[in-house]
Amino acid sequence: MGYPHKPHPKETVVLSQHFGDVEARTHKGWVKRGGYEALAQALKLEPAAVTDVVKESGLRGRGGAGFPTGLKWSFMPKEKKRPHYLCVNADESEPGTFKDREIMRWTPHALLEGTAIAAHAIRAEVAYIYIRGEFTEPWTIIERALAEANAAGVFGTIKVYLHRGAGAYICGEETALMNSIEGKRGNPRIKPPFPAAAGLFGMPTTINNVETLAAVPHILTRGAAWYKGLCLSNPKSTGTKLFSVCGNVQRPGNYEVTMGFPLKDLLYDMCGGPPAGRTLKACIPGGSSVPILTREETEACLLDYEGVVEKGSMLGSGGVIVFDDSADMVYQIMRLARFYAHESCAQCTQCREGTAWTTKIMERILAGQGKTKDLDLLLDLSENMTGKTICVLSDSCAAPVVSGIKKFRGEFEAYLAGKRPVPVMVS
Amino acid sequence: MTQSVSHGEDYQPVFDGKIMDELQTVLQRYPTKQAALLPTLWIAQREHGWISDRIMAEVAEVLGLTPAYVKGVVTFYTMYHQHPVGKNFVQVCTTSPCNICGAEAVMKALLEQTGAQDAGATSADGKWTIVEVECLGACGFATPVLVNDDFLESVTPEKVPEIVKKYR
Ligand SMILES: Cc1cc2nc3c(=O)[nH]c(=O)nc-3n(C[C@H](O)[C@H](O)[C@H](O)COP(=O)(O)O)c2cc1C
Ligand code: SF4
Ligand code: FES
Repeated sequence: MGYPHKPHPKETVVLSQHFGDVEARTHKGWVKRGGYEALAQALKLEPAAVTDVVKESGLRGRGGAGFPTGLKWSFMPKEKKRPHYLCVNADESEPGTFKDREIMRWTPHALLEGTAIAAHAIRAEVAYIYIRGEFTEPWTIIERALAEANAAGVFGTIKVYLHRGAGAYICGEETALMNSIEGKRGNPRIKPPFPAAAGLFGMPTTINNVETLAAVPHILTRGAAWYKGLCLSNPKSTGTKLFSVCGNVQRPGNYEVTMGFPLKDLLYDMCGGPPAGRTLKACIPGGSSVPILTREETEACLLDYEGVVEKGSMLGSGGVIVFDDSADMVYQIMRLARFYAHESCAQCTQCREGTAWTTKIMERILAGQGKTKDLDLLLDLSENMTGKTICVLSDSCAAPVVSGIKKFRGEFEAYLAGKRPVPVMVS
Repeated sequence: MTQSVSHGEDYQPVFDGKIMDELQTVLQRYPTKQAALLPTLWIAQREHGWISDRIMAEVAEVLGLTPAYVKGVVTFYTMYHQHPVGKNFVQVCTTSPCNICGAEAVMKALLEQTGAQDAGATSADGKWTIVEVECLGACGFATPVLVNDDFLESVTPEKVPEIVKKYR
């Protein structure tokens, strides 16, 4: 449902069915709504059988990379010789993304149930839910739900613990998150080894996003075939997805649609389009780490993993950022570059220097002191930042810069010629 | 490395009595003592308001780590205060999606109306420290503002006087 707005008839409501319903937060209320049936069902199955159902459903990771969830689970050792761990990624810090927060606020038991099912499937006795430090309200709600679930004994032998982050976007990267749980600086680790071989505390580990896990109970109770049938375009993208829409739209919020849904309908029908008198200029469809789309690309884009790639970007986390014709793209891209410069963990030279220099050069352009060769310099820097570092934060900084220069070159050139590309906004 | 921490006469250790019991329950969640570092620092900050060198030394002692190691971790994360802050610690998101929805104006109104003046500075009465932060994960509710542990949504400059009055 289009939280905080009324549900829209074009939505397919699965994960968001109980958003706004306070009673669904309690254990009793959740059970009344059919909650914990999926877990009871899963605990009667062999772990491998649970993994097979999820594999069959086509569910892919909702944290950004879109990796098939069942396949990821199947990488865990079949024979258990050491402790296994599950990490739940509730670090949600990618600009434009605010869906996991809503899942945790309204349906904490959906996350806990999905967590316990996943832990069973990968034979983990302990699951850590890593919640970003700023999410004080979701923390309180999950903490209460967890206490209720423990009191009701729903998890059997599985232990679920909460771990609070302390302000660092990079801790959303899976191996940085594991370091952060271990009490270390949140530096991403070099892969391999991959987490399924040596993850948290050096033990076999699986990590999943909040939205991924919240979908799992539905798949178990309604079946893999039902989930697979939720598909409007490419059969490799199944199920529903929460899209967080923000920026210059009339009704920002979370909207749940079937994979393959037109981005145009999401933005115009559901979100009411840009504010009155404004037109859409650009859109970042998958959180700030993916390339920017022009208006034409946006209006022709289908929202699934393949559809967004076809238009030159990525589905990412499903955080949709909308810019109308009053937005100064050069300034906005500088803000994003500044974000990555601030959040770089500084291990890799290309990332540490690249994000800082990109921001500096963009600031210089904005101050009217840019040089003609600055655009080539930015593109050159970006190339050196792509595919060369321990994690993809560096690539993420380059994505909006490269696509921005390519698609909104006129605005950059206006600054270089000593003009302002769009009228100054009063703020 | 052996270290003897000189706490000084007036230093009241944080990890004593009830807080020590709380720490014991935290330690049970992890297979190593080191893993309890982030939650231990959270407890220390809750009790003391900020993470001083002395607190770092104490945390190092109770967890069997070195003060230098603890400092390395503290400085990595933005939410541990390495200096005292105002009674109200206010975090305002100014990242791009909130910026286009007017976050700058919210920041300006807060700085002016609380007397904090500068981002990061504390107001003369010690009541306010206002900082700009990156994405708070609530971009559809621009502008989100975190006042201590209270997460406020959709803050506009018009709502600032009410906030200032409530927390003053
Ligand atoms: C810099 C960076 C930040 C990330 N932040 C998050 C995050 O906040 N939440 C998340 O679920 N995944 C995040 N990811 C992706 C995770 O590394 C990982 O792929 C994901 O949690 C796996 O879960 P999934 O397969 O269920 O999507 C981030 C990745 C990178 C490189
Ligand atoms: S790419 Fe950047 S954030 Fe990622 S590990 Fe390297 S320096 Fe750290
Ligand atoms: S950009 Fe402000 S909360 Fe995300």
